Amino acid sequence: MTTPWRTFLRQNWTRILGAIGLVVFVSFAYAHNPRITEAVLASSLRQSIPLILGALCGLIGERSGIINIGIEGQMLMAAFISFLVNVKTGSLILATLAGMLTGALMGFALAFMSVTLRIDQIIGGTVLNMIAFGLTGYFYQVGLVTKGKFTPIPIPLLSEIPVIGPVFFQNPPLTYIALLLIFVVQFFLYHTRWGLRTRAVGEHPRAADTLGINVYWVRYMNVTMAGSLAGLAGAYLTLEAVGSFERMMTNGQGFVALAVMIFGKWNPITAWGAALLFGFAIALQTQLQFMGVRQIPHQFIGMLPYLLTIIVLAGVGGRTRPPAAVGQPYVKEG
Amino acid sequence: MRSVLLSITAIALALFIGALILWASGASPLLAYWALLKGAFGDAQALQRTLEKATPLVFSGLAVAFAFKASLFNIGTQGQLLLGAIIAAAVGFGVSGLPPYIHAPLALLAGAAAGAAFAAIAGVLKVYTGAHEVITTIMLNYIAINLTDYLADGPWKDRSPMNIVARTPAILDSARLPTWGPIPSGFVIAVLLAGVIYWILWKTTFGFEIRTVGQNRHAARYAGISVAKVMIATMVISGLLAGLGGAVETQGVVGRYQPGFNVGLGFEGITIALLAKTHPFGVVPAALLVGAMKAGSSQMQFTADVAKEIIDVIQALMLFFISAEFLLRRLLGLKEEAGEEKLVLSTGWGSGD
Repeated sequence: MTTPWRTFLRQNWTRILGAIGLVVFVSFAYAHNPRITEAVLASSLRQSIPLILGALCGLIGERSGIINIGIEGQMLMAAFISFLVNVKTGSLILATLAGMLTGALMGFALAFMSVTLRIDQIIGGTVLNMIAFGLTGYFYQVGLVTKGKFTPIPIPLLSEIPVIGPVFFQNPPLTYIALLLIFVVQFFLYHTRWGLRTRAVGEHPRAADTLGINVYWVRYMNVTMAGSLAGLAGAYLTLEAVGSFERMMTNGQGFVALAVMIFGKWNPITAWGAALLFGFAIALQTQLQFMGVRQIPHQFIGMLPYLLTIIVLAGVGGRTRPPAAVGQPYVKEG
Repeated sequence: MRSVLLSITAIALALFIGALILWASGASPLLAYWALLKGAFGDAQALQRTLEKATPLVFSGLAVAFAFKASLFNIGTQGQLLLGAIIAAAVGFGVSGLPPYIHAPLALLAGAAAGAAFAAIAGVLKVYTGAHEVITTIMLNYIAINLTDYLADGPWKDRSPMNIVARTPAILDSARLPTWGPIPSGFVIAVLLAGVIYWILWKTTFGFEIRTVGQNRHAARYAGISVAKVMIATMVISGLLAGLGGAVETQGVVGRYQPGFNVGLGFEGITIALLAKTHPFGVVPAALLVGAMKAGSSQMQFTADVAKEIIDVIQALMLFFISAEFLLRRLLGLKEEAGEEKLVLSTGWGSGD
């Protein structure tokens, strides 16, 4: 066995064991009851979509050195704007774009606060969250309903594969877009000049600056563009998952997304694995409630994703290393 | 003195932009703010309401400000407050036969201990595993919401025939905190505690250690301070303050535990702590300001037909402006004073230090 492999195994053995355990568990469940297993898996994927989009938003920002704790607010605000645009225009596509724009604008606001005003980044994110809670609450009107909802588009042939087909290839469009975006972000981070610059700025801004990279510009661009992904997550919630808007409907998913990002080691594809795990926990929770498991009070089942987040953060699966310059404002010399 | 000027400017700017939002959404800002003022201070009843709303805010403001001194960010005051509230209620209705001068303090202490224990989880995880307290305390908030909901709708539910909602039975009279005229005794406790916190921070060795850890963890370790112990103790005291706030809310205002009496995610404490420039004595007026806004918001909704949530927006704007010191100083033409204590927060996620 070559050394990189060994390092990989040593660093990730808990993740690998967990994954194997999960596959075994799912196979047994499938043998026992294929219909419910398929439903739970499909629901896991659906639940993981806002988490992975939020995590992508978080990691693009953090890779350039900006902590984004305002993802929750970006999602909520975008969910609300998508909802309003859909109600007014009846268009799902316009509504999605409006949601993405909202997320991007809030990302821009975060960049302005942390890069230009040098406000502490965690407080900057908290401002975004509070603004979103306040504004969505203030402008919310009871009785509005969306015009339509994204519906599943089965992909020919692929959707016929047992288990994998119904789970991955019979989904509404935003799910496909989100899945695609994981690989797009992965490609951008590791195979483009922009990704190289981003990582340089996040690890050692002074050195990047010396090499002629505009640190402020990279951070502004990254946090703004990443915001559109959190915005897409919000649009997903109103236009695809739920079909309407409710107060505080994000329910902490923006914060859980940060745990997904950390567990995924700031890497898009690993983060997807983490998002699926969280999605599975949420799906299981809904399934248990649906089956009316009486022995466990529903509030305890409801705690699952949050408990999982704490366990993950407590370093089960090894310590993770964030980008070196994350959280620190950069002040240009001279 | 200058920091007071900064806070007042931040408040004024936030109110101004709030007025613009009101105006843009078709409401009259003047009418709305007038109604808000009347609802908060118009008569003795309004004043009492303001003091009642301000009381838990003094506690959560103190909790956040205290943690800030050790450069820890306790966003979990809401969860600690909820647990403090329900445990105080349990002692309040579950223990009988005690005289008031024992029963009431006992319930307060139980609530404070519950908040402290809950916050200790985040402190211990931070020190021993490096899990960042910002996320763990937010997650603990959601866990507390579920846990208290379970208790109030399950084992500790009010089983009286008229009741259908999730809530505990009313606490016994011997556990209730009195109100003197318009002044709730809980508010007096809160103000006294601000003094105690000031004393701890600036007059004791422990306080000195906390502030040293907050300013520079490495220097603190080099000076022989046990950083781990100080950080956990800071979280515990911070949670104790929040838990006590919940107990006071139960014993002084609500009279039982009822979920949803204080919704939100505890962001108010952050706004208050920062408006106060993390100084315990500043927390009291800052909490009164936010408390007045909350107390007057019903009147505003009624008179000016303005949704209450505008208050949250104004609070967010206050937090923004007070944090944007760079911007404020430029606006006011102020220079930074020498020897000013700066707020240093723990940055990054993974590292324990």
